Amino acid sequence: MARRGQTPSQTVGPFFAYGLAPEQYGYRFKSLADGDMAVDSVEGERIRVIGQVFDGAGELIPDALIEFWQANAHGRYNHPADDRKDNLLDPAFKGFGRFGTGTAADNRFQFDTVKPGSVDGAQAPHINVVVTMRGLLSHAYTRIYFADEADANAADPVLSSVPAGRRDTLIARRDESLPGRVYRFDIHMQGPKETVFFDV
Amino acid sequence: MDSNRDWSSQPPYLHPEYKSTQLRAPTRPLIPIPESLSERTGPVYGHEAVGALDADLTKNARVNGEPLGERIIVAGRVVDEGDRPIPEVLIEIWQANAAGRYIHEADQHDAPLDPNFLGAGRCVTDAEGRYEFRSIKPGAYPWRNHHNAWRPTHIHLSLFGPNLQTRLVTQMYFPGDPLFAFDPIYQGAPEGARARMVSAFDLDLTEPEFALGYRFDIVLRGPNATPMED
Repeated sequence: MARRGQTPSQTVGPFFAYGLAPEQYGYRFKSLADGDMAVDSVEGERIRVIGQVFDGAGELIPDALIEFWQANAHGRYNHPADDRKDNLLDPAFKGFGRFGTGTAADNRFQFDTVKPGSVDGAQAPHINVVVTMRGLLSHAYTRIYFADEADANAADPVLSSVPAGRRDTLIARRDESLPGRVYRFDIHMQGPKETVFFDV
Repeated sequence: MDSNRDWSSQPPYLHPEYKSTQLRAPTRPLIPIPESLSERTGPVYGHEAVGALDADLTKNARVNGEPLGERIIVAGRVVDEGDRPIPEVLIEIWQANAAGRYIHEADQHDAPLDPNFLGAGRCVTDAEGRYEFRSIKPGAYPWRNHHNAWRPTHIHLSLFGPNLQTRLVTQMYFPGDPLFAFDPIYQGAPEGARARMVSAFDLDLTEPEFALGYRFDIVLRGPNATPMED
């Protein structure tokens, strides 16, 4: 069988907005995805996830693109590889969201979604995150877990594989100062709070 | 499927010559992740997701005329490492115009915008993994990475393969560009893999009296990755 080498990754660069998040940035081109992941008919507990992205000098990164991929409230992915019958598919929930950090005054990303269910009983509820930006030649992967799922988090095989001192970087925490059910998840590319990134 | 990326093909995070990597590249080793449904799945976009003119950048932003510049056709196949076609891959592209100017408001390069060219497009691969875009050949673009720094002519691409493991963001270059040797982004890819990012002029793809054709195949990871013979 012919073997072909993988096409290398290159940076998304600073000007992805009109191609990948055009409506968010005000360009006249339809967005395929944005931060509004759950239309009214989607089942589950509404949550908002906000955060900022920081570089190694502690400066806000204004040109990152954040992508969410998650299961629905029943722990089911809207994808043909997930054909389990015991976790209900919710056709209204695609499970994908995308938000650039260049439009909010505080360079935050903001996703309105539903809290994912546990995927397979073993894994705690989590959101898979693709992080890309100018200055990343290859994108980075991380995961968001939830602080109010302490028991499930303690049993999660992925979290358990992370050195104990760094697990906190993967935990989103409730921000009680904001209305609604808001979780904050900041991403630190470097430094003492450097987010754990995975070799997916 | 192999659960880790092929770092002999993929650029490292830190490539100091590309200055923006210095404060943005993760510094700690990546942590291997046991493969689960979270990685074996990913966003699905079918042909219904894209509009009729989305793949034709010479038409999808016209206001009062045709965009300026040299028309091109960019086409190829998306395949896996076994050269098997991958259908239903969403490809999104964005690029500078013929003058080397991006429409993005943060682009301060003193070159003209084209009112009839946005520079964004997308399509979904067919059952044989094929895709095709029509566009305008982008111009070279100056940036401030180092003195007299210019990016080689390129088109940005984002791809969603069959799952999250096959996510790819890359750039396609044009053959024979004299700027390759001076571009730390191109040079950031491992030496043996760089040529895979360069399209090939293809007379068969070229349309008489219309546009030059460039062929560009994109190879996504998996399945059953084994040592590479290039």
